[in-house]
Amino acid sequence: MPIYLYILKRILIAIPTLLIVSFISFFIMRFDVTIGPWDLKIGQQQVHLLDRHHFKNPIDPLAELRQNPQISPAAYAHEQQRLGLDKPFLQQYWLWLTHLFQFDWSELKTGKFWAVFKPDLGKSFSGEEVTTILKERIPNTLILNVVTLLACWLIALPLGIYAALNWRRPADSTLTVLSSVGMAAPSFVVALLLAVLAVKNGWPPIGGITSDHFETLPWYKQVGDIASHLILPVIVLTISGIAGLQRQMRGNLLDVLEAEYVRVARAKGLPEKQVVYKHAVRTAINPLVTMLGYEFAGLLSGAALVEMVLRYPGLGYTALEAVRQTDTNLVMAVLVMSAALLVLGNLLGDVLLKVVDPRIELQ
Amino acid sequence: MIPTQEKTMRQKIWREFSRDKVILASLFFLIFVYSLTLIAGFLAPYKEDFSDRDLAYISPTPVFIMNEHQQLTWPYVVTYKRHFDPETYGFGFLPDYSRKYPVRFLTKGQDYKLLGLIPSNIHLFGVAEPARIFLLGTDMNGRDNFSRLLYGAQVSLTIGFIGLMIAFPIGLIYGGISGYFGGRVDNAMMRVAEIIMSIPSFYLLISLAAILPSGLSSTQRFALIVAILAFIGWAGISRIIRGMVLSIKEYEFVEASRSLGASSLWIIVKHLLPQTATYFIIAATLNVPGYLLAESGLSFLGLGIQPPDASWGNMLREAQDLTNITLRPWLLLAPGGLIFLTILAFNVTGDKLRDILDPRSHSKRA
Repeated sequence: MPIYLYILKRILIAIPTLLIVSFISFFIMRFDVTIGPWDLKIGQQQVHLLDRHHFKNPIDPLAELRQNPQISPAAYAHEQQRLGLDKPFLQQYWLWLTHLFQFDWSELKTGKFWAVFKPDLGKSFSGEEVTTILKERIPNTLILNVVTLLACWLIALPLGIYAALNWRRPADSTLTVLSSVGMAAPSFVVALLLAVLAVKNGWPPIGGITSDHFETLPWYKQVGDIASHLILPVIVLTISGIAGLQRQMRGNLLDVLEAEYVRVARAKGLPEKQVVYKHAVRTAINPLVTMLGYEFAGLLSGAALVEMVLRYPGLGYTALEAVRQTDTNLVMAVLVMSAALLVLGNLLGDVLLKVVDPRIELQ
Repeated sequence: MIPTQEKTMRQKIWREFSRDKVILASLFFLIFVYSLTLIAGFLAPYKEDFSDRDLAYISPTPVFIMNEHQQLTWPYVVTYKRHFDPETYGFGFLPDYSRKYPVRFLTKGQDYKLLGLIPSNIHLFGVAEPARIFLLGTDMNGRDNFSRLLYGAQVSLTIGFIGLMIAFPIGLIYGGISGYFGGRVDNAMMRVAEIIMSIPSFYLLISLAAILPSGLSSTQRFALIVAILAFIGWAGISRIIRGMVLSIKEYEFVEASRSLGASSLWIIVKHLLPQTATYFIIAATLNVPGYLLAESGLSFLGLGIQPPDASWGNMLREAQDLTNITLRPWLLLAPGGLIFLTILAFNVTGDKLRDILDPRSHSKRA
């Protein structure tokens, strides 16, 4: 199967996945359970499991907007109509979906194809459009995850190779101990400890992704500013990320080094460097590429907690803020977006694997 | 398998374990902390919700063993009084050496229930009122950190096992059905599992935790958090079980059993379950840290176990304030260190167990 067909097929599979994820998320946000009397309320439909007399209102998605003086009555009415809270649950979900897939075809003429897609995800409690918030926060999370992934691979692979080549020597044992420590250290505790060091030291900065005077800086200083804000979260995430990857690389390489073609390569007199780097390492990396997608998934989840601790304005931090205020519109959007990112990560991992290893048949 | 060579699996595990000092150390550490949770009420001098607000944020109480004449005496503590320091504009604690309060062992104190059943008021150690013994200092509300660490262990250490007790059977049945029937059933069922897996777990976790009503009792909250964690955790387990069932189905001994006329039930009970039992041990040691981390992460963010109930995660919440970490490091180091050591011990033991129990794993990797 050619690679573009494969990608198309995977995207087609991803659509029902994301639909179901969004449905589950929607269900969660409109779902209210009071444990004592066992009442369920889904949207406006009431399901009494045991006791008819106890009843608790579900989260009111409009409560906060109603009290926000910055919201015009028109905007409030639009939001009320958009959510359709008086309608049955399934209809509410359908409303949400149709508002997600809104297109503005007039943008085609301007040549901005990406601007055609104009989802209406409603307003956040702050009065800002959810889409505006997401547009600002998703790139931050992507930068953090990509930089972390790069850092992990660039550090862990050489370490794994080094450990495998020095199998059961002191260097290998030291690395094994270090990787155990790195795997066991809870990321938020590491984040707190490093944050204390950073505060005492005065550098690197904590919280946010830019400094206050960011706008006044020349572009090369802006890049440096963002980089310095990335240092802390990237270090924290890399510490836990390296450990597993290093172990995997070491194990894979140890396996491959015993394979017969490696023995043949040695027997025919190839220099050891060539045997290791041209023959063994290349094969040993393959399983790691497969894991890349899932690693991205784990990273996305792990990064969420670190973002929350270090107040890094990514998707995870947004999720926590939204969840704390029961900002349903924002929570819904964040859940679906994080799932979409994850599906995308898995797809990229699979495509990358095909590029690295032509033997793999795409199905 | 030749019986004379390997005897039983249990003996094999024990032989491999006893060779490695690191494994032994982590195993004993785990046994130690788990036995502490059983008798937490007896070991802790105070209850988890006991608070002395006059002594908030006091550092660990020193236990003196020398009297004023530099002679060795029975261990004693002294009382402390809060005072305001006009130079630093901060609060400090002044010791009052005028009266000594000896540390008493097996002394009477607050009521508690041993193992949650037997009412008792005998504590391993304690001091007479008005003196206090706070071995690891106190938190913002003047609650004893040491006691809370012990009570918190009951939550943090059991949540993983209870969660696994829920997630594993679901994964077992789901993965078993999926693998046993194969084909379209398998395809459809695995898609569903993949959907659960494709929601980033921590996002789902905090969303679910946030919709928990505020009026829940601590037990209900604990139960619901376990249920949420299990709901996220079963999908991964079911995939592995499915893979195992798929491969076991093809084994010759299953084929032989089937050709001898064995029913599906017999095959499942006789050939499938024993294989998953080994996986359960591996899954337990390798998955429990995940539950522990998820619980402590949730509680740390204030979405999990709520004070005054203690868990290692919500004890770390105090450490969110960076001044607390620099001025009162015991608030971070005690629970954080215990989480770290527990996970380390589980990982080390789990890796070794997998090496022993899973014959396909490479001996060189260890």
